[in-house]
Amino acid sequence: MDLFEYQARDLLAAHGVPVLPGGVAETPEQAEAIAREIAAPVVVKAQVKVGGRGKAGGVKLADDPETARARAEDILGLDIKGHVTRQVMVAQASDIAEEYYFSYLLDRSNRTFLAMASKEGGMEIEQLAVERPEALARIPVDASVGVDAAKAAEIVDAAGFPAEVRDQVIAIAVQLWDVFTKEDATLVEINPLAKDPAGRVLALDAKVTLDENAGFRHPEHAALEDAAAADPLEAAAKAKDLNYVKLQGQVGIIGNGAGLVMSTLDVVAYAGEEFGGVRPANFLDIGGGASAEVMANGLGIILSDPDVKSVFVNVFGGITACDEVAKGIVAALGQLGDEATKPLVVRLDGNNVEEGRRILAEAAHPLVTVVDTMDGAARRAAELAA
Amino acid sequence: MSIFLTENSKVIVQGITGSEGRKHTARMLASGTAVVGGVNPSKAGQTVDFDGTSVPVYGSVAEAMKETGADVTVVFVPPKFAKDAVIEAVDAHIGLAVVITEGIPVHDSTYFWAHAQGGATRIIGPNCPGLISPGRSNAGIIPADITQAGKIGLVSKSGTLTYQMMYELRDIGFSTAVGIGGDPVIGTTHIDCLKAFQDDPETEAIVMIGEIGGDAEERAADFIKANVTKPVVGYVAGFTAPEGKTMGHAGAIVSGSAGTAAAKQGALEAAGVRVGKTPSEAARLMREIVGA
Repeated sequence: MDLFEYQARDLLAAHGVPVLPGGVAETPEQAEAIAREIAAPVVVKAQVKVGGRGKAGGVKLADDPETARARAEDILGLDIKGHVTRQVMVAQASDIAEEYYFSYLLDRSNRTFLAMASKEGGMEIEQLAVERPEALARIPVDASVGVDAAKAAEIVDAAGFPAEVRDQVIAIAVQLWDVFTKEDATLVEINPLAKDPAGRVLALDAKVTLDENAGFRHPEHAALEDAAAADPLEAAAKAKDLNYVKLQGQVGIIGNGAGLVMSTLDVVAYAGEEFGGVRPANFLDIGGGASAEVMANGLGIILSDPDVKSVFVNVFGGITACDEVAKGIVAALGQLGDEATKPLVVRLDGNNVEEGRRILAEAAHPLVTVVDTMDGAARRAAELAA
Repeated sequence: MSIFLTENSKVIVQGITGSEGRKHTARMLASGTAVVGGVNPSKAGQTVDFDGTSVPVYGSVAEAMKETGADVTVVFVPPKFAKDAVIEAVDAHIGLAVVITEGIPVHDSTYFWAHAQGGATRIIGPNCPGLISPGRSNAGIIPADITQAGKIGLVSKSGTLTYQMMYELRDIGFSTAVGIGGDPVIGTTHIDCLKAFQDDPETEAIVMIGEIGGDAEERAADFIKANVTKPVVGYVAGFTAPEGKTMGHAGAIVSGSAGTAAAKQGALEAAGVRVGKTPSEAARLMREIVGA
């Protein structure tokens, strides 16, 4: 889960990383009130989870509370690369003497954590990594050892931070490691990490990505979720514990196992090329060992999607039993009654397949077609959606 | 022969008394696997009965190994306790730890992987279906009745695609099929399996199944080019996945230009791997290669 800047800033502050005073506002009035409290020039920043907001007009300075209110009014509602701004952060403005960069992230390829640091911050780090790789220190961090003051010093010295900020950056490196591990983050990034004219080092902007698998350790993280941005079908699916992603096509997809469902999306898209570019409408993984109830819940979500013209149920029963899947289909169609109008193509193989096919044959629902192979079923589903 | 798991493997189950552990232990036993014990500190000294077979429960992995000579552990414990369970297995120097548990925080898996470096334990998973050497042994949740022993080696990030491919090629059979898991950090990689299959005299050809996210397939392609002389057929899932959306597996996400299926296919083809557009096409390519 990617956090908004203000959420990231709050997490950093909670672990002792120095930040400037500020708050988040949903209305120009709130922005004005925050600016009044800060009682100094402020910067009003669009809260969107996408880069390049400065260039898009999403970051503005304001010398007084009235101007802060006006800038907030300009920025709220602004569309930045498809992300509509619903909140602004109002933070004390700071003069910047120097800009640096510091992050910790998961290095998947090497199965370790990585510290990245540079005394040249402010620019996009991807750009710096390409144009001046020597300016970006990359130091692996052993997950079973972590970052103490000595390790932090190693990172800071490798990046060649100036002597007058060395101790401050080392302290921040240790605090940021705290954020990374104690909050179960997969990315914590400060860019820029800035030195103000008085010589203080501060985090002026931050990015944090949290590991949703660690939610059981952090019930408080649930409140950080951006509920307003979620697709209503995705929200409904999540409430039923279903792994669902809305896509832009016409063929509803249900399968078991992430890999098989991804593969099903591909096979449907290939088949759809023959039928005027029909595409999959969603990703939905009912998981291993799904019951009839889970299957029925999944089908309910997909059939309620107005974009869906046909549905492809693709199950290879490893642990999942095909008879449970068949029962779920029959139950869901029974509950929907006359409201069920979209054709279903079903392909079942594996665990209890004969019983599953028998249940479907016995129900003989007019909307259900059983096809033996994945390719054949994908083709039929695409044809029905065309 | 087979890789990592043979007819001589002695398997214990961590979390044998839980519902998943119990269910899959029964399936492993039914397929002929030598499940010699289970681990649960609060139920040590008890036994769990499976249709005529009584499996003893030990207080620790070390004790179970001492009493039974076990060399493989299959971990079913819930995410909250998985890190400690794997560390315990590593500290007991067991040869193979197969971590089935789904939903382990990545800080925990990165930690136990780091902890295992330089030790005696190969970790497979987490969030994986385990591995099967058909007719010999089955450590995990892969259904044993899909296919038989044969000459194809299979390595896959995905469980159900493993089953699908085993089913497509069921008449030819498999030496070993390894589901390495779909998490961002996993213990055994495509490369580890490719290397083992290359060295396994019984394996004549290899199917490698990948999916979007990370660069494991690209790295595997480099490895194949330099080290693998046996024919390899590839399949990659997720061509139609949009950027920035996690597709079920925590590791299956395309970010920017990194981790796309097209990039992976390109890298594999450049290494001489024949890549199928669909599972059935990959199976067809394999049939051409093995002449069946």
